Amino acid sequence: MAAVIEVRGVVNRFGRQVVHDGLDVEIRAGEVFGIVGGSGSGKSVLLRTLLGLQKPSAGSVRIEGSEITNRPERELLDVKRRYGVMFQRGALFSSLTVAENVELPIAEHYRVSEAALRGLALLRIRMVGLPEDAAAKYPAQLSGGMTKRVALARALALDPVILFLDEPTSGLDPISAAAFDQLVLELQEGLALTVVMITHDLDTIFRVCNRVGVIVDGRMISGTLDEIVRTDHPWIRDYFHGERGRASRGLAGKDG
Amino acid sequence: MPFEVKDESGRRRLRLEGRWTVAEAAALEPRLRETARAAGGRLELDVSGIEAMDLTGAWLLHSLERQLHETGGRVEWTGGRPDKLEFIDRTEAGRGQGTEGAAGPPDGMPGVLDTVGRTAVHAKEGALDLLGFIGVVTAGYGRSLRSRKRLRLPSVVRHVYETGITAVPIVSLIAFLIAVIVAYIGAQQLRRFGGEIFVVDLVTVAVLRELGVLLTAIIVAGRSGSAFAAEIGAMKLNDEVDALRAMGMDPVEVLVLPRIFGLVIALPALTVLADATGLAGGALLSWYLVDIPPYQYIERMQGAIGDTTFWVGIIKAPVFAILIAMVGTLRGMQVRTSSRELGRLTTVAVVQSIFLVILADAVFAVLFMELDI
Repeated sequence: MAAVIEVRGVVNRFGRQVVHDGLDVEIRAGEVFGIVGGSGSGKSVLLRTLLGLQKPSAGSVRIEGSEITNRPERELLDVKRRYGVMFQRGALFSSLTVAENVELPIAEHYRVSEAALRGLALLRIRMVGLPEDAAAKYPAQLSGGMTKRVALARALALDPVILFLDEPTSGLDPISAAAFDQLVLELQEGLALTVVMITHDLDTIFRVCNRVGVIVDGRMISGTLDEIVRTDHPWIRDYFHGERGRASRGLAGKDG
Repeated sequence: MPFEVKDESGRRRLRLEGRWTVAEAAALEPRLRETARAAGGRLELDVSGIEAMDLTGAWLLHSLERQLHETGGRVEWTGGRPDKLEFIDRTEAGRGQGTEGAAGPPDGMPGVLDTVGRTAVHAKEGALDLLGFIGVVTAGYGRSLRSRKRLRLPSVVRHVYETGITAVPIVSLIAFLIAVIVAYIGAQQLRRFGGEIFVVDLVTVAVLRELGVLLTAIIVAGRSGSAFAAEIGAMKLNDEVDALRAMGMDPVEVLVLPRIFGLVIALPALTVLADATGLAGGALLSWYLVDIPPYQYIERMQGAIGDTTFWVGIIKAPVFAILIAMVGTLRGMQVRTSSRELGRLTTVAVVQSIFLVILADAVFAVLFMELDI
């Protein structure tokens, strides 16, 4: 399978602190790739680098074959239309309603009539499992789970081929988290998306991810779940073979 | 009495009673320290009489024990060493680890140097930030004026409403009151020379040239400069600015420029209003205090207004507007990680924009004097 995202030798340095030290990873079309790492290991910095929001100190990032690290902001536009992002806390625009939040990127990049715009936004809102009357609400009136779903709807607004999710299930109760995982899987299959998610949630990893990349010591070790689980690195062993890791693997095993 | 010291055949014995909790700690601590210092060598502690002990009480006893250890003495426990002390032992065992690299600035002369160095580096970063921001905004300004879509008219209109229309009551009231004050003081002083009629000239020139535009700018800096910084800062904290960029929208074009354009329209309009209400205030007070009827006031006023009087005031308004909007939006964009920064930078935005407005006004005053306007 072709690599949709190709990261080679990325170095991110802040003052004396080196976050990434020659990080390589390849993410293939149609897979769900989970990014795992301890707190402070640079997961969010990696995400920002992949999105082109953060210029790495060295290395290259290619999205669908085009290099994004050395391009001016305006030329990145074509790349940015190909992906959607769901930020951890939603990052919904608080002065806009749910529908307007979803409409915003569409109206920004395409000429669409008012009615079509509303229709397209409502389609996304239904797609993520929200009732239509949520469309008129403001972000402050939404629960945590609904905020995440609206953020997902907005991420899907431009029909992306790549979907980035930053801790999609953090702060959700286990039942809502499972429902959200299910939703991501359905959308991924239905829309043929490549999904890249940062997550701490072991249940989510075992439920939805095909492959996993673990950030340790500023580099990334990636592979299928089975390969990673068998990796002999102390942090990875502690992570997957600790009490919680075993419980999650057991559950996932029963499901499948 | 929580404890007393007994001397029994050369052995010092402490019997502890009552409550050893955080509520009593303030009273216990100095006495206990005193006891430890006096005790020197061995000390017997009887804890069987203690009714209640929390972590603070345990910590006091733990400190007592350590203090004795350091001076070569030791504690003997009657009734067993309390469990909570063991807990403190375990916690303290990890002490001293993980403190490297977290050292604060050194004391004394090196500390002063440290502060000077840090301040200089911050000042340099601040200056570079400002230069970069001016550049980005100027580039965006050119792009915005070339395309109607990039101008974001709905957003500009919203900011005209929020910074202009909603400020109408407060701006008119303050301009009116200040004109009344100027007229009042002027009338008092000029009456001594029998020149009450010159109150009209005083109020007219002061309001049109200086007070109208300056007061309006200061009020707007307080209202809208802070609002700009706080709105954009809150959006930064909520990742909304990153979300904009990820969706391929330029934050400067979407958030900064509409605010600048909005204020450049709103501030001159507010200034005209402030001029009008100021002159009205002067007229009212002149009528009431020095018996100049309105028709005479207007006549006199027309004589006092030169060709440039009004324009000298109004021309400053767009300049002040750009200063206020730039400072407010820049400070908002500088918010990065914490809500504490948001509060600090909002304050900085207001203080700096008011300062810059007054500084610019002084520059204008010198300039107009040189130009003999």
